[in-house]
Amino acid sequence: MTTKVQEPAAAGGKTGSGVAAASGVSPALALLAGWLVPGAGHLLLGKWVRAGLLMVSIVGMFAIGIALAGKVYTPNTGEPLDMLGFVGDLGSGLLYGLARLLGWGQAPVLTAVADYGTKFIVVAGLLNIVAAVDAHSLASGRKPS
Amino acid sequence: MTISHFSAVLLFSLFTSIVFGITQRAEPKKMVRFGALCFALFVGGTIAASWAMWLIKH
Repeated sequence: MTTKVQEPAAAGGKTGSGVAAASGVSPALALLAGWLVPGAGHLLLGKWVRAGLLMVSIVGMFAIGIALAGKVYTPNTGEPLDMLGFVGDLGSGLLYGLARLLGWGQAPVLTAVADYGTKFIVVAGLLNIVAAVDAHSLASGRKPS
Repeated sequence: MTISHFSAVLLFSLFTSIVFGITQRAEPKKMVRFGALCFALFVGGTIAASWAMWLIKH
């Protein structure tokens, strides 16, 4: 009987390399910060330009969605599509909390443009999750730079 | 606020392409190239789909 021995991590996938070693920020913190505030994960890692571009893109997309009178989903409506929309919206982190707190996106969607707004808000949340995971990968060393 | 359908496509494509470019590539030059490719595919794909739907209807 043979036992498979795990191969050592490839050069690009090892921990403690590149940005991770230079910043000293824990991957979990980068992920959490990136989720709560768009671009904050990259900001902690010293990636100023990327952080700024991510923040402008995600906050801009969310703001346009709200301005187009898009819908902000709420939990527990019982509709499966609403639940998926809620998960997408939740990806925006504190932006979602702010929208709920201030009552944004509560009007019924009556026009095609307002429906586009709903999609802008959901996609802003999904893109923020992608950005937060990217910050996690940079902090853990999975992504070299 | 009201915008045209095409403006919505351009804004959506722009913001999404920026995030894709930054997150899916590791070097700045490749990020720009990939972001530009995504933008072109988003806009081009939408225009192609629009014409396809117009042809199906007519």
